[in-house]
Amino acid sequence: MTWFSLLFGPDGWWGLLLKGAMVTIALALATVPFGFGAGLAIAVMKLSPSRLLRRACDVYTTFFRGIPDLLALFIIYFGLQAILDKLGKTMGVGKFEVSAFTAGVVALSTVVAAYSSEVWVTSIAAVPPGQAEAAKSLGLNNRKIFFLITCPQMLRIALPGLGNIWMVLLKDTALISTLAVTDLLRAAAEGSRATTRPLVFYTAAAAIYLIISIVSGIIQSAIEKRANQGYA
Amino acid sequence: MADQLMAILQFIVNVDILATYWERILKGVWLTIQLVVISCFLGFLIAIPLARMRMSGNVVLNGIAAGYVQVFRGTPLLCQLYIIYYGGGELRPLMQDLGIWWLFREAYFCCILGFSLNTAAYQSEILRGALSAVNRGQTEAAKALGLSPFRIARHVVWPQAMLIALRPFGNEWVGMVKASALAAIITMLDLMGQTRFIFARTFDFSIYLYCALIYLMFTESIRRAVLWLEKSLSSHLAARIPPTASGMGAPAAPAGGVDARPQTIGGIR
Repeated sequence: MTWFSLLFGPDGWWGLLLKGAMVTIALALATVPFGFGAGLAIAVMKLSPSRLLRRACDVYTTFFRGIPDLLALFIIYFGLQAILDKLGKTMGVGKFEVSAFTAGVVALSTVVAAYSSEVWVTSIAAVPPGQAEAAKSLGLNNRKIFFLITCPQMLRIALPGLGNIWMVLLKDTALISTLAVTDLLRAAAEGSRATTRPLVFYTAAAAIYLIISIVSGIIQSAIEKRANQGYA
Repeated sequence: MADQLMAILQFIVNVDILATYWERILKGVWLTIQLVVISCFLGFLIAIPLARMRMSGNVVLNGIAAGYVQVFRGTPLLCQLYIIYYGGGELRPLMQDLGIWWLFREAYFCCILGFSLNTAAYQSEILRGALSAVNRGQTEAAKALGLSPFRIARHVVWPQAMLIALRPFGNEWVGMVKASALAAIITMLDLMGQTRFIFARTFDFSIYLYCALIYLMFTESIRRAVLWLEKSLSSHLAARIPPTASGMGAPAAPAGGVDARPQTIGGIR
């Protein structure tokens, strides 16, 4: 069979691959709010006056940025399940069930939080201190200073860095395929096992990944352009 | 409560496992080192022509190199490894005719091929940035002194470019150490592979944490070594670093035009 009919013919596999691509995108999108949000929380703690808090956050980011993402995913995925099992047993409520997708999002978020906290820290530091000082002299409280003055300005500075992390995240979702989620790469693996044509399926998967990353690159530069209006 | 805490502690820390399996772990570490060093070196060799193509000004050459970089940076490394390792098997008759089947038969060579091609894309971008960051006046002055193009590159441009590239290269090496764990998925028994093997035998979770500590040792040593190297190599520039602009505008660029913002230590791809 030619590669074309294999993928797009009457019994073509494009449906499965497309479904896998959707799962990949869903995984990445579901991770964004938790990963970037937790990263921002860690960044704020890193800038806090408490030395203990700063140290703890440094250890966290050093650990998760220093080990392979695959290993981090395994540690969280299996660790989470084992801990939940133990917890369920000791509390006598039986097993907590976590779907592979949810566990994948938790694992990815943990890694992305570590990466993004560094971006947040530098972009918070890049907002001129005079801004916060001026707001303080106008009588705004700390919460208002952060959300109304610092946040909008740091977001613009953080965009390129967050865009990079989004790309890393998109590719990291492929690692989830080694667990039990039928994402794009696992869909391709299923197809290649059933038809013994791995070259076709993995190349098709790579092409879809490429399209996704090119499209997100275009969206990213559009967002950056819009955010930088008035700064050019 | 105390019993439960002890149980959790036992669950996390178990030294017996190291006593039993230290030989396997050492073997895994050695394989990881091989994969990383060989791939980084080969990747660098591929990156040089790629960077030159990107800077050549020739539309076709630039397009080819840019396409290469986009493809290898826009797809997961795991997918690339699958294409080489499993996809290569599909082309077996063709490759046997070409006499390159031995390369695709062994997971070891597949890993090195995949890692090298992948890191070449990243390294070529680093090289391109570093080479074009060297002040044009340097080349012009060297030309005016009558140096040959080779001597200009060897004695004027590259030493400066390498200093600029050192930190991003350090990130890339760290990224490669981390990426090398993917070899475990295509049956290699590197550090990650041995760890998975030991876990499958013992169901002892702590082995993953020991594995993490070993990886952490590697990545932190590379990071620190690069920072130290950069400091000692750029001591002649230290006096010339302008005082940091306070407050307004973008973060100030240090000597040699390196971007001051810390780069994300290479992610997995």
